[in-house]
Amino acid sequence: MADPASLAQRAGELAGDAGDLARKLDELSQQLALATHQAASAGTPFVFELTVFVLAVFVGYYVVWRVTPALHSPLMSVTNAVSSVIIVGALIAAGPMSMSFAKIMGFIAVILAAVNIFGGFIVTQRMLQMFQRKK
Amino acid sequence: MSESLSAFLYLVASVCFIMALRGLSSPDTARGGNIYGIAGMAIAMLTTLATPQVVSYWMIVIGLLLGGAAGTYIARNIQMTALPQLVAAFHSLVGLAAVCVATAAFAAPEAYGIGIRGAIHGASLVEMAIGLTIGAITFTGSIVAFAKLQGLVSGRPLVFPGQHFVNAGLGILLILLIVLFVMTEGASVYALLVLLSLAFGFALIVPIGGADMPVVISMLNSYSGWAACGIGFTLSNSLLIITGALVGSSGAILSYIMCKGMNRSIINVIAGGFGTEGAAAPGGPGVGDRLVKSGSAEDAAFILKNAGSVIIVPGYGMAVAQAQHALREMADTLKKEGVKVSYAIHPVAGRMPGHMNVLLAEANVSYDDVFELDAINHDFASTDVAFVIGANDVTNPAAKTDPTSPIYGMPILDVERAKTVLFVKRTMASGYAGVENELFYRDNTMMLFGDAKKMCEEVLKALG
Repeated sequence: MADPASLAQRAGELAGDAGDLARKLDELSQQLALATHQAASAGTPFVFELTVFVLAVFVGYYVVWRVTPALHSPLMSVTNAVSSVIIVGALIAAGPMSMSFAKIMGFIAVILAAVNIFGGFIVTQRMLQMFQRKK
Repeated sequence: MSESLSAFLYLVASVCFIMALRGLSSPDTARGGNIYGIAGMAIAMLTTLATPQVVSYWMIVIGLLLGGAAGTYIARNIQMTALPQLVAAFHSLVGLAAVCVATAAFAAPEAYGIGIRGAIHGASLVEMAIGLTIGAITFTGSIVAFAKLQGLVSGRPLVFPGQHFVNAGLGILLILLIVLFVMTEGASVYALLVLLSLAFGFALIVPIGGADMPVVISMLNSYSGWAACGIGFTLSNSLLIITGALVGSSGAILSYIMCKGMNRSIINVIAGGFGTEGAAAPGGPGVGDRLVKSGSAEDAAFILKNAGSVIIVPGYGMAVAQAQHALREMADTLKKEGVKVSYAIHPVAGRMPGHMNVLLAEANVSYDDVFELDAINHDFASTDVAFVIGANDVTNPAAKTDPTSPIYGMPILDVERAKTVLFVKRTMASGYAGVENELFYRDNTMMLFGDAKKMCEEVLKALG
Protein backbone atom coordinates (compact mmCIF):
# COMPACT_ATOMS: atom_id res chain seq x y z
CA MET A 1 0.00 0.00 0.00
CA ALA A 2 2.93 2.30 0.50
CA ASP A 3 3.52 3.06 -3.10
CA PRO A 4 6.76 4.88 -3.77
CA ALA A 5 5.07 7.83 -5.49
CA SER A 6 2.99 8.95 -2.47
CA LEU A 7 5.95 8.33 -0.16
CA ALA A 8 8.10 10.62 -2.21
CA GLN A 9 5.32 13.21 -2.14
CA ARG A 10 5.09 12.96 1.69
CA ALA A 11 8.83 13.32 1.97
CA GLY A 12 8.71 16.40 -0.27
CA GLU A 13 5.97 17.95 1.88
CA LEU A 14 7.92 17.21 5.04
CA ALA A 15 11.04 18.82 3.62
CA GLY A 16 8.99 21.89 2.74
CA ASP A 17 7.62 22.03 6.28
CA ALA A 18 11.09 21.74 7.71
CA GLY A 19 12.23 24.60 5.51
CA ASP A 20 9.32 26.75 6.69
CA LEU A 21 10.12 25.90 10.26
CA ALA A 22 13.76 26.81 9.81
CA ARG A 23 12.73 30.16 8.29
CA LYS A 24 10.38 30.84 11.19
CA LEU A 25 13.11 29.92 13.64
CA ASP A 26 15.43 32.33 11.87
CA GLU A 27 12.91 35.14 12.16
CA LEU A 28 12.34 34.29 15.79
CA SER A 29 16.03 34.39 16.59
CA GLN A 30 16.33 37.73 14.80
CA GLN A 31 13.46 39.10 16.82
CA LEU A 32 15.04 37.74 19.95
CA ALA A 33 18.35 39.40 19.11
CA LEU A 34 16.56 42.66 18.49
CA ALA A 35 14.65 42.34 21.75
CA THR A 36 17.81 41.71 23.75
CA HIS A 37 19.45 44.67 22.05
CA GLN A 38 16.50 46.80 23.00
CA ALA A 39 16.50 45.49 26.54
CA ALA A 40 20.20 46.25 26.75
CA SER A 41 19.77 49.80 25.53
CA ALA A 42 16.79 50.61 27.73
CA GLY A 43 17.28 52.13 31.14
CA THR A 44 20.29 50.82 32.99
CA PRO A 45 23.11 51.22 30.41
CA PHE A 46 22.00 54.77 29.71
CA VAL A 47 22.06 55.62 33.40
CA PHE A 48 25.47 54.00 33.60
CA GLU A 49 26.73 56.09 30.66
CA LEU A 50 25.25 59.19 32.20
CA THR A 51 27.07 58.43 35.45
CA VAL A 52 30.36 58.11 33.61
CA PHE A 53 29.63 61.35 31.76
CA VAL A 54 28.79 63.42 34.81
CA LEU A 55 31.80 62.16 36.76
CA ALA A 56 34.07 62.88 33.78
CA VAL A 57 32.75 66.45 33.55
CA PHE A 58 33.68 66.96 37.19
CA VAL A 59 37.13 65.48 36.69
CA GLY A 60 37.60 67.75 33.66
CA TYR A 61 36.43 70.78 35.62
CA TYR A 62 38.91 70.31 38.45
CA VAL A 63 41.84 69.26 36.26
CA VAL A 64 41.45 72.13 33.81
CA TRP A 65 41.21 74.81 36.49
CA ARG A 66 44.63 73.71 37.67
CA VAL A 67 46.20 74.29 34.26
CA THR A 68 48.50 77.29 34.41
CA PRO A 69 47.30 80.15 32.13
CA ALA A 70 50.68 80.21 30.38
CA LEU A 71 49.90 76.76 28.98
CA HIS A 72 46.39 77.47 27.71
CA SER A 73 47.50 77.17 24.08
CA PRO A 74 49.04 73.71 24.56
CA LEU A 75 45.93 72.76 26.55
CA MET A 76 43.83 73.66 23.56
CA SER A 77 45.95 71.71 21.08
CA VAL A 78 46.23 68.65 23.30
CA THR A 79 42.48 68.51 23.98
CA ASN A 80 42.08 68.82 20.25
CA ALA A 81 44.31 65.80 19.66
CA VAL A 82 42.64 63.86 22.43
CA SER A 83 39.11 64.51 21.15
CA SER A 84 40.14 62.70 17.96
CA VAL A 85 39.70 59.53 19.99
CA ILE A 86 36.51 59.53 17.95
CA ILE A 87 38.73 57.48 15.61
CA VAL A 88 37.62 54.49 17.72
CA GLY A 89 34.18 54.74 16.09
CA ALA A 90 35.78 55.27 12.70
CA LEU A 91 37.96 52.15 12.97
CA ILE A 92 34.93 49.99 13.71
CA ALA A 93 33.12 51.44 10.69
CA ALA A 94 36.11 50.88 8.43
CA GLY A 95 36.81 47.39 9.79
CA PRO A 96 34.31 45.00 8.09
CA MET A 97 35.43 42.77 5.21
CA SER A 98 32.81 43.85 2.66
CA MET A 99 32.72 47.27 1.00
CA SER A 100 29.81 49.48 2.01
CA PHE A 101 28.78 53.10 2.40
CA ALA A 102 29.48 52.85 6.14
CA LYS A 103 32.98 51.56 5.45
CA ILE A 104 33.75 54.55 3.21
CA MET A 105 32.43 56.93 5.88
CA GLY A 106 34.69 55.17 8.37
CA PHE A 107 37.65 55.50 6.00
CA ILE A 108 37.13 59.27 5.65
CA ALA A 109 36.75 59.64 9.42
CA VAL A 110 39.97 57.67 9.97
CA ILE A 111 41.88 60.07 7.69
CA LEU A 112 40.41 63.18 9.36
CA ALA A 113 41.02 61.93 12.88
CA ALA A 114 44.56 60.79 12.00
CA VAL A 115 45.45 64.29 10.74
CA ASN A 116 44.29 65.59 14.08
CA ILE A 117 45.95 62.99 16.25
CA PHE A 118 49.38 63.31 14.66
CA GLY A 119 49.09 67.06 14.07
CA GLY A 120 47.70 67.79 17.51
CA PHE A 121 50.24 65.85 19.54
CA ILE A 122 53.22 67.01 17.47
CA VAL A 123 52.28 70.69 17.61
CA THR A 124 51.70 70.37 21.37
CA GLN A 125 55.11 68.76 21.78
CA ARG A 126 56.69 71.57 19.71
CA MET A 127 55.06 74.18 21.92
CA LEU A 128 56.01 72.48 25.18
CA GLN A 129 59.60 72.10 24.00
CA MET A 130 59.79 75.90 24.02
CA PHE A 131 58.64 76.21 27.62
CA GLN A 132 61.98 75.43 29.21
CA ARG A 133 63.41 77.30 32.13
CA LYS A 134 66.28 79.40 30.76
CA LYS A 135 69.27 80.73 32.54
CA MET B 1 39.95 40.23 22.63
CA SER B 2 37.22 39.81 25.22
CA GLU B 3 34.78 42.61 25.86
CA SER B 4 35.84 43.14 29.46
CA LEU B 5 39.52 43.31 28.53
CA SER B 6 38.87 45.97 25.90
CA ALA B 7 36.68 47.89 28.36
CA PHE B 8 39.54 47.77 30.84
CA LEU B 9 42.06 49.01 28.26
CA TYR B 10 39.68 51.84 27.31
CA LEU B 11 39.66 52.80 30.99
CA VAL B 12 43.48 52.86 31.00
CA ALA B 13 43.38 55.14 27.95
CA SER B 14 40.89 57.46 29.70
CA VAL B 15 43.19 57.75 32.71
CA CYS B 16 46.09 58.55 30.37
CA PHE B 17 44.08 61.42 28.88
CA ILE B 18 43.28 62.79 32.34
CA MET B 19 47.00 62.62 33.17
CA ALA B 20 47.77 64.49 29.94
CA LEU B 21 45.65 67.43 31.08
CA ARG B 22 46.89 67.12 34.64
CA GLY B 23 50.50 67.50 33.42
CA LEU B 24 49.73 70.96 32.06
CA SER B 25 49.51 72.40 35.57
CA SER B 26 53.20 73.29 35.27
CA PRO B 27 55.66 73.61 32.37
CA ASP B 28 57.95 71.08 34.06
CA THR B 29 55.39 68.28 33.98
CA ALA B 30 53.69 69.24 30.71
CA ARG B 31 55.94 67.27 28.37
CA GLY B 32 55.40 64.14 30.43
CA GLY B 33 51.68 64.81 30.20
CA ASN B 34 51.83 64.89 26.43
CA ILE B 35 53.53 61.48 26.42
CA TYR B 36 50.62 60.16 28.53
CA GLY B 37 48.24 61.56 25.90
CA ILE B 38 50.07 59.82 23.05
CA ALA B 39 50.18 56.55 25.03
CA GLY B 40 46.45 56.81 25.76
CA MET B 41 45.66 57.31 22.08
CA ALA B 42 47.86 54.36 21.07
CA ILE B 43 46.17 52.09 23.62
CA ALA B 44 42.71 53.21 22.48
CA MET B 45 43.47 52.57 18.81
CA LEU B 46 45.20 49.22 19.30
CA THR B 47 42.38 48.00 21.53
CA THR B 48 39.82 48.90 18.87
CA LEU B 49 41.85 47.24 16.13
CA ALA B 50 41.86 44.03 18.19
CA THR B 51 38.06 43.88 18.58
CA PRO B 52 36.32 41.10 16.62
CA GLN B 53 34.36 43.58 14.43
CA VAL B 54 37.55 44.83 12.83
CA VAL B 55 38.72 42.22 10.35
CA SER B 56 39.93 44.17 7.32
CA TYR B 57 42.92 46.43 7.83
CA TRP B 58 44.07 47.74 4.46
CA MET B 59 41.73 50.71 4.37
CA ILE B 60 42.55 51.63 7.96
CA VAL B 61 46.28 51.49 7.28
CA ILE B 62 45.92 53.70 4.19
CA GLY B 63 43.77 56.16 6.14
CA LEU B 64 46.23 56.35 9.03
CA LEU B 65 49.18 56.82 6.67
CA LEU B 66 47.46 59.56 4.66
CA GLY B 67 46.12 61.43 7.68
CA GLY B 68 49.22 60.86 9.77
CA ALA B 69 51.55 62.15 7.06
CA ALA B 70 49.42 65.25 6.46
CA GLY B 71 49.10 65.98 10.18
CA THR B 72 52.81 65.49 10.82
CA TYR B 73 53.77 67.72 7.90
CA ILE B 74 51.41 70.51 8.95
CA ALA B 75 52.37 70.39 12.63
CA ARG B 76 56.12 70.48 11.94
CA ASN B 77 55.96 73.36 9.49
CA ILE B 78 53.35 75.66 10.96
CA GLN B 79 54.54 79.02 12.27
CA MET B 80 53.73 79.66 15.90
CA THR B 81 52.00 82.92 14.97
CA ALA B 82 49.56 80.88 12.87
CA LEU B 83 48.63 78.66 15.81
CA PRO B 84 45.07 80.00 16.27
CA GLN B 85 44.01 79.21 12.71
CA LEU B 86 45.70 75.81 12.92
CA VAL B 87 43.71 74.92 16.02
CA ALA B 88 40.51 76.16 14.35
CA ALA B 89 41.24 73.97 11.31
CA PHE B 90 41.88 70.95 13.54
CA HIS B 91 38.57 71.53 15.34
CA SER B 92 36.75 71.44 12.02
CA LEU B 93 38.28 68.00 11.31
CA VAL B 94 37.00 66.59 14.61
CA GLY B 95 33.56 67.94 13.76
CA LEU B 96 33.55 66.37 10.31
CA ALA B 97 34.88 63.07 11.67
CA ALA B 98 31.98 63.03 14.15
CA VAL B 99 29.53 63.55 11.27
CA CYS B 100 31.14 60.67 9.32
CA VAL B 101 31.05 58.29 12.29
CA ALA B 102 27.41 59.14 13.03
CA THR B 103 26.56 58.54 9.37
CA ALA B 104 28.38 55.20 9.41
CA ALA B 105 26.46 54.22 12.54
CA PHE B 106 23.21 55.22 10.86
CA ALA B 107 24.01 53.21 7.72
CA ALA B 108 25.33 50.11 9.49
CA PRO B 109 24.02 50.05 13.06
CA GLU B 110 24.68 46.30 13.40
CA ALA B 111 28.44 46.91 13.57
CA TYR B 112 27.95 48.94 16.74
CA GLY B 113 25.24 46.73 18.24
CA ILE B 114 22.67 49.51 18.37
CA GLY B 115 19.92 47.72 16.44
CA ILE B 116 19.42 46.97 12.76
CA ARG B 117 18.89 49.19 9.74
CA GLY B 118 15.46 50.79 10.02
CA ALA B 119 15.06 49.71 13.64
CA ILE B 120 17.74 51.55 15.57
CA HIS B 121 16.97 51.95 19.27
CA GLY B 122 15.27 55.17 20.22
CA ALA B 123 17.91 56.27 22.71
CA SER B 124 20.70 55.66 20.20
CA LEU B 125 18.82 57.70 17.60
CA VAL B 126 18.55 60.68 19.93
CA GLU B 127 22.24 60.46 20.83
CA MET B 128 23.21 60.00 17.20
CA ALA B 129 21.22 63.06 16.14
CA ILE B 130 22.78 65.19 18.87
CA GLY B 131 26.34 64.03 18.14
CA LEU B 132 25.77 64.62 14.45
CA THR B 133 24.32 68.10 14.94
CA ILE B 134 27.11 69.30 17.23
CA GLY B 135 29.72 67.76 14.93
CA ALA B 136 28.33 69.55 11.88
CA ILE B 137 28.08 72.88 13.74
CA THR B 138 31.69 72.48 14.91
CA PHE B 139 32.76 71.75 11.34
CA THR B 140 31.36 74.83 9.58
CA GLY B 141 31.81 77.10 12.60
CA SER B 142 35.50 76.24 12.75
CA ILE B 143 35.87 76.80 9.02
CA VAL B 144 34.48 80.33 9.41
CA ALA B 145 36.80 80.94 12.39
CA PHE B 146 39.73 79.63 10.35
CA ALA B 147 38.89 81.90 7.40
CA LYS B 148 38.69 84.93 9.69
CA LEU B 149 41.94 84.15 11.50
CA GLN B 150 43.80 83.33 8.31
CA GLY B 151 42.57 86.59 6.79
CA LEU B 152 40.73 84.83 3.97
CA VAL B 153 37.67 86.90 4.90
CA SER B 154 37.46 90.13 6.84
CA GLY B 155 37.69 89.77 10.59
CA ARG B 156 34.89 92.31 10.92
CA PRO B 157 31.65 90.89 12.27
CA LEU B 158 29.11 90.27 9.52
CA VAL B 159 25.75 91.48 10.77
CA PHE B 160 22.41 92.09 9.10
CA PRO B 161 19.03 93.14 10.46
CA GLY B 162 16.96 90.28 11.85
CA GLN B 163 20.02 88.07 12.22
CA HIS B 164 19.10 86.91 15.71
CA PHE B 165 15.64 85.91 14.50
CA VAL B 166 17.09 83.96 11.60
CA ASN B 167 19.51 82.15 13.91
CA ALA B 168 16.83 81.45 16.51
CA GLY B 169 14.58 80.13 13.73
CA LEU B 170 17.35 77.86 12.48
CA GLY B 171 17.89 76.58 16.01
CA ILE B 172 14.22 75.76 16.53
CA LEU B 173 14.02 74.11 13.12
CA LEU B 174 17.02 71.95 14.08
CA ILE B 175 15.31 70.72 17.23
CA LEU B 176 12.12 69.92 15.28
CA LEU B 177 14.16 68.00 12.72
CA ILE B 178 15.87 65.98 15.45
CA VAL B 179 12.44 65.01 16.82
CA LEU B 180 11.24 64.13 13.32
CA PHE B 181 14.36 62.05 12.70
CA VAL B 182 13.95 60.09 15.93
CA MET B 183 10.33 59.35 15.05
CA THR B 184 10.77 58.41 11.37
CA GLU B 185 14.42 57.31 11.16
CA GLY B 186 14.30 58.50 7.54
CA ALA B 187 17.44 58.87 5.47
CA SER B 188 16.18 62.07 3.87
CA VAL B 189 15.46 63.61 7.27
CA TYR B 190 18.98 62.62 8.27
CA ALA B 191 20.45 64.36 5.22
CA LEU B 192 18.36 67.45 5.90
CA LEU B 193 19.56 67.46 9.50
CA VAL B 194 23.19 67.40 8.33
CA LEU B 195 22.66 70.28 5.89
CA LEU B 196 20.78 72.43 8.37
CA SER B 197 23.39 71.86 11.10
CA LEU B 198 26.13 72.86 8.68
CA ALA B 199 24.24 76.06 7.85
CA PHE B 200 23.65 76.76 11.54
CA GLY B 201 27.35 76.45 12.40
CA PHE B 202 28.13 78.93 9.64
CA ALA B 203 25.47 81.42 10.75
CA LEU B 204 26.57 81.14 14.36
CA ILE B 205 30.18 82.29 13.87
CA VAL B 206 29.79 84.76 10.99
CA PRO B 207 28.62 87.68 13.19
CA ILE B 208 31.55 87.34 15.63
CA GLY B 209 34.53 89.61 15.06
CA GLY B 210 38.26 88.87 14.91
CA ALA B 211 39.26 89.95 18.41
CA ASP B 212 36.54 87.77 19.96
CA MET B 213 38.25 84.76 18.41
CA PRO B 214 39.81 83.62 21.72
CA VAL B 215 36.28 82.96 22.94
CA VAL B 216 35.13 81.43 19.66
CA ILE B 217 38.08 79.05 19.47
CA SER B 218 37.56 77.95 23.07
CA MET B 219 33.85 77.49 22.39
CA LEU B 220 34.49 75.36 19.29
CA ASN B 221 37.03 73.38 21.32
CA SER B 222 34.25 72.68 23.76
CA TYR B 223 31.80 71.74 20.97
CA SER B 224 34.25 69.25 19.47
CA GLY B 225 34.36 67.57 22.88
CA TRP B 226 30.57 67.41 23.21
CA ALA B 227 30.36 65.99 19.67
CA ALA B 228 32.73 63.18 20.68
CA CYS B 229 30.59 62.71 23.76
CA GLY B 230 27.40 62.40 21.69
CA ILE B 231 29.04 59.77 19.51
CA GLY B 232 30.25 58.01 22.67
CA PHE B 233 26.67 57.80 23.96
CA THR B 234 25.49 56.51 20.57
CA LEU B 235 28.07 53.75 20.52
CA SER B 236 27.89 53.12 24.30
CA ASN B 237 31.63 53.70 24.53
CA SER B 238 32.81 55.05 27.90
CA LEU B 239 36.20 56.10 26.54
CA LEU B 240 34.54 58.48 24.06
CA ILE B 241 32.16 59.74 26.74
CA ILE B 242 34.94 60.44 29.25
CA THR B 243 37.27 62.05 26.71
CA GLY B 244 34.48 64.12 25.19
CA ALA B 245 33.46 65.35 28.64
CA LEU B 246 37.07 66.28 29.49
CA VAL B 247 37.51 68.25 26.27
CA GLY B 248 34.05 69.76 26.50
CA SER B 249 34.56 71.09 30.01
CA SER B 250 38.07 72.27 29.17
CA GLY B 251 36.78 74.37 26.28
CA ALA B 252 33.92 75.68 28.39
CA ILE B 253 36.28 76.79 31.16
CA LEU B 254 38.57 78.51 28.66
CA SER B 255 35.58 80.32 27.14
CA TYR B 256 34.60 81.47 30.62
CA ILE B 257 38.12 82.72 31.40
CA MET B 258 38.25 84.59 28.09
CA CYS B 259 34.85 86.20 28.66
CA LYS B 260 35.89 87.26 32.14
CA GLY B 261 39.04 88.76 30.64
CA MET B 262 36.80 91.03 28.58
CA ASN B 263 34.10 91.51 31.22
CA ARG B 264 31.50 90.25 28.78
CA SER B 265 28.96 87.47 29.00
CA ILE B 266 29.19 84.49 26.69
CA ILE B 267 25.74 85.44 25.34
CA ASN B 268 27.06 88.89 24.46
CA VAL B 269 29.99 87.36 22.55
CA ILE B 270 27.85 84.81 20.72
CA ALA B 271 25.35 87.51 19.74
CA GLY B 272 28.28 89.09 17.93
CA GLY B 273 28.58 92.46 16.25
CA PHE B 274 31.02 93.75 18.86
CA GLY B 275 33.22 96.57 17.58
CA THR B 276 30.96 97.70 14.77
CA GLU B 277 29.21 100.62 16.48
CA GLY B 278 32.45 102.32 17.50
CA ALA B 279 34.03 101.82 14.12
CA ALA B 280 31.10 103.49 12.38
CA ALA B 281 31.81 106.74 14.21
CA PRO B 282 35.54 106.93 14.72
CA GLY B 283 36.68 109.12 17.57
CA GLY B 284 34.85 111.93 19.26
CA PRO B 285 35.03 115.63 18.74
CA GLY B 286 38.47 117.17 18.64
CA VAL B 287 40.41 114.00 17.95
CA GLY B 288 42.59 115.69 15.39
CA ASP B 289 43.75 118.62 17.48
CA ARG B 290 44.92 116.86 20.61
CA LEU B 291 48.62 116.71 21.14
CA VAL B 292 50.48 113.45 20.93
CA LYS B 293 54.09 113.12 21.92
CA SER B 294 55.94 110.92 19.52
CA GLY B 295 59.55 109.83 19.66
CA SER B 296 62.22 108.04 17.68
CA ALA B 297 63.91 104.72 18.35
CA GLU B 298 66.91 106.65 19.73
CA ASP B 299 64.69 108.46 22.25
CA ALA B 300 63.19 105.13 23.29
CA ALA B 301 66.62 103.52 23.64
CA PHE B 302 67.77 106.40 25.85
CA ILE B 303 64.73 106.12 28.13
CA LEU B 304 64.97 102.34 28.33
CA LYS B 305 68.70 102.33 29.07
CA ASN B 306 68.27 104.73 31.95
CA ALA B 307 65.34 102.88 33.47
CA GLY B 308 65.69 100.62 36.48
CA SER B 309 62.76 98.40 35.56
CA VAL B 310 60.76 97.77 32.38
CA ILE B 311 57.53 95.86 31.90
CA ILE B 312 56.80 94.76 28.34
CA VAL B 313 53.13 94.43 27.34
CA PRO B 314 52.76 92.38 24.15
CA GLY B 315 49.57 92.09 22.09
CA TYR B 316 48.28 90.73 18.83
CA GLY B 317 50.23 93.39 16.89
CA MET B 318 53.45 91.74 18.02
CA ALA B 319 52.29 88.44 16.54
CA VAL B 320 51.28 90.08 13.25
CA ALA B 321 54.67 91.79 12.94
CA GLN B 322 56.53 88.61 14.06
CA ALA B 323 58.37 90.90 16.46
CA GLN B 324 58.90 88.45 19.34
CA HIS B 325 62.52 87.56 18.47
CA ALA B 326 63.61 91.18 17.95
CA LEU B 327 61.80 92.08 21.16
CA ARG B 328 63.61 89.40 23.15
CA GLU B 329 67.01 90.56 21.81
CA MET B 330 66.15 94.08 22.84
CA ALA B 331 65.15 92.86 26.31
CA ASP B 332 68.36 90.81 26.64
CA THR B 333 70.47 93.87 25.84
CA LEU B 334 68.58 95.86 28.45
CA LYS B 335 69.15 93.11 31.01
CA LYS B 336 72.87 93.27 30.31
CA GLU B 337 72.68 96.99 31.10
CA GLY B 338 71.24 96.04 34.48
CA VAL B 339 67.61 96.84 33.73
CA LYS B 340 65.00 94.56 35.30
CA VAL B 341 62.75 93.31 32.48
CA SER B 342 59.49 91.42 32.86
CA TYR B 343 56.51 90.69 30.61
CA ALA B 344 52.82 91.25 31.41
CA ILE B 345 50.20 89.17 29.60
CA HIS B 346 46.52 90.04 29.47
CA PRO B 347 44.20 86.99 29.35
CA VAL B 348 42.75 88.00 25.95
CA ALA B 349 45.97 89.23 24.34
CA GLY B 350 46.31 87.57 20.95
CA ARG B 351 43.83 85.39 19.14
CA MET B 352 43.70 82.32 21.37
CA PRO B 353 44.17 81.61 25.07
CA GLY B 354 47.87 81.61 25.94
CA HIS B 355 48.88 82.83 22.46
CA MET B 356 51.39 85.41 23.75
CA ASN B 357 53.00 82.96 26.16
CA VAL B 358 53.74 80.57 23.31
CA LEU B 359 55.21 83.30 21.11
CA LEU B 360 57.47 84.55 23.91
CA ALA B 361 58.50 80.99 24.71
CA GLU B 362 59.30 80.53 21.03
CA ALA B 363 61.59 83.56 21.21
CA ASN B 364 63.40 81.95 24.16
CA VAL B 365 61.97 84.18 26.86
CA SER B 366 62.17 82.33 30.18
CA TYR B 367 58.69 81.73 31.57
CA ASP B 368 59.95 83.00 34.93
CA ASP B 369 59.93 86.50 33.41
CA VAL B 370 56.36 86.24 32.13
CA PHE B 371 53.47 87.20 34.40
CA GLU B 372 49.70 87.08 34.25
CA LEU B 373 47.58 90.18 34.79
CA ASP B 374 46.80 89.58 38.47
CA ALA B 375 50.40 88.78 39.33
CA ILE B 376 51.98 91.89 37.86
CA ASN B 377 49.35 94.62 37.74
CA HIS B 378 50.32 96.26 41.03
CA ASP B 379 53.98 96.45 39.89
CA PHE B 380 53.29 99.10 37.24
CA ALA B 381 53.15 101.87 39.85
CA SER B 382 56.75 101.16 40.84
CA THR B 383 58.01 100.62 37.29
CA ASP B 384 59.99 103.14 35.26
CA VAL B 385 58.91 102.15 31.77
CA ALA B 386 55.92 100.24 30.39
CA PHE B 387 56.74 99.13 26.85
CA VAL B 388 53.45 98.40 25.05
CA ILE B 389 53.97 96.55 21.79
CA GLY B 390 50.99 95.60 19.63
CA ALA B 391 48.43 95.84 22.42
CA ASN B 392 45.83 98.59 22.70
CA ASP B 393 42.40 97.98 24.22
CA VAL B 394 43.80 95.93 27.12
CA THR B 395 45.68 99.02 28.33
CA ASN B 396 42.88 101.55 27.85
CA PRO B 397 42.12 103.35 31.14
CA ALA B 398 38.63 104.15 29.81
CA ALA B 399 37.72 100.62 30.92
CA LYS B 400 38.06 101.88 34.48
CA THR B 401 36.85 105.48 34.16
CA ASP B 402 34.29 105.79 31.37
CA PRO B 403 31.00 103.95 32.01
CA THR B 404 29.82 104.75 28.47
CA SER B 405 32.77 102.97 26.86
CA PRO B 406 32.04 99.61 25.22
CA ILE B 407 34.98 98.13 27.11
CA TYR B 408 33.94 99.54 30.50
CA GLY B 409 34.56 97.04 33.27
CA MET B 410 37.12 95.01 31.36
CA PRO B 411 40.14 94.25 33.56
CA ILE B 412 43.11 96.13 32.08
CA LEU B 413 46.85 96.32 32.61
CA ASP B 414 47.53 99.54 34.53
CA VAL B 415 50.36 100.69 32.27
CA GLU B 416 49.45 104.35 32.83
CA ARG B 417 50.81 104.06 36.37
CA ALA B 418 54.36 103.55 35.11
CA LYS B 419 56.59 106.64 35.06
CA THR B 420 56.87 106.51 31.28
CA VAL B 421 54.76 104.61 28.75
CA LEU B 422 56.34 103.75 25.42
CA PHE B 423 53.65 102.77 22.94
CA VAL B 424 54.74 100.99 19.75
CA LYS B 425 52.02 101.38 17.15
CA ARG B 426 51.78 101.74 13.41
CA THR B 427 49.19 104.52 13.35
CA MET B 428 46.85 106.38 15.66
CA ALA B 429 43.98 104.09 14.62
CA SER B 430 41.78 102.86 17.43
CA GLY B 431 41.89 99.26 18.59
CA TYR B 432 39.51 96.46 17.82
CA ALA B 433 36.78 97.73 20.13
CA GLY B 434 36.75 100.93 18.09
CA VAL B 435 37.47 103.08 21.14
CA GLU B 436 39.90 105.92 21.37
CA ASN B 437 42.72 105.19 23.82
CA GLU B 438 43.09 108.04 26.32
CA LEU B 439 46.59 106.83 27.07
CA PHE B 440 48.03 108.20 23.82
CA TYR B 441 47.50 111.79 24.97
CA ARG B 442 48.97 111.53 28.46
CA ASP B 443 52.05 113.52 29.38
CA ASN B 444 53.98 110.43 30.39
CA THR B 445 53.25 108.61 27.11
CA MET B 446 55.56 108.57 24.13
CA MET B 447 54.29 107.07 20.90
CA LEU B 448 56.78 105.11 18.79
CA PHE B 449 55.20 104.99 15.36
CA GLY B 450 56.28 102.14 13.14
CA ASP B 451 56.25 98.42 12.54
CA ALA B 452 56.74 96.53 15.81
CA LYS B 453 59.59 94.38 14.56
CA LYS B 454 61.46 97.24 12.86
CA MET B 455 61.05 99.42 15.94
CA CYS B 456 62.57 96.75 18.20
CA GLU B 457 65.50 96.30 15.82
CA GLU B 458 66.10 100.05 15.66
CA VAL B 459 65.93 100.40 19.44
CA LEU B 460 68.38 97.51 19.70
CA LYS B 461 70.77 99.27 17.29
CA ALA B 462 70.48 102.51 19.25
CA LEU B 463 71.19 100.65 22.49
CA GLY B 464 74.35 99.02 21.18
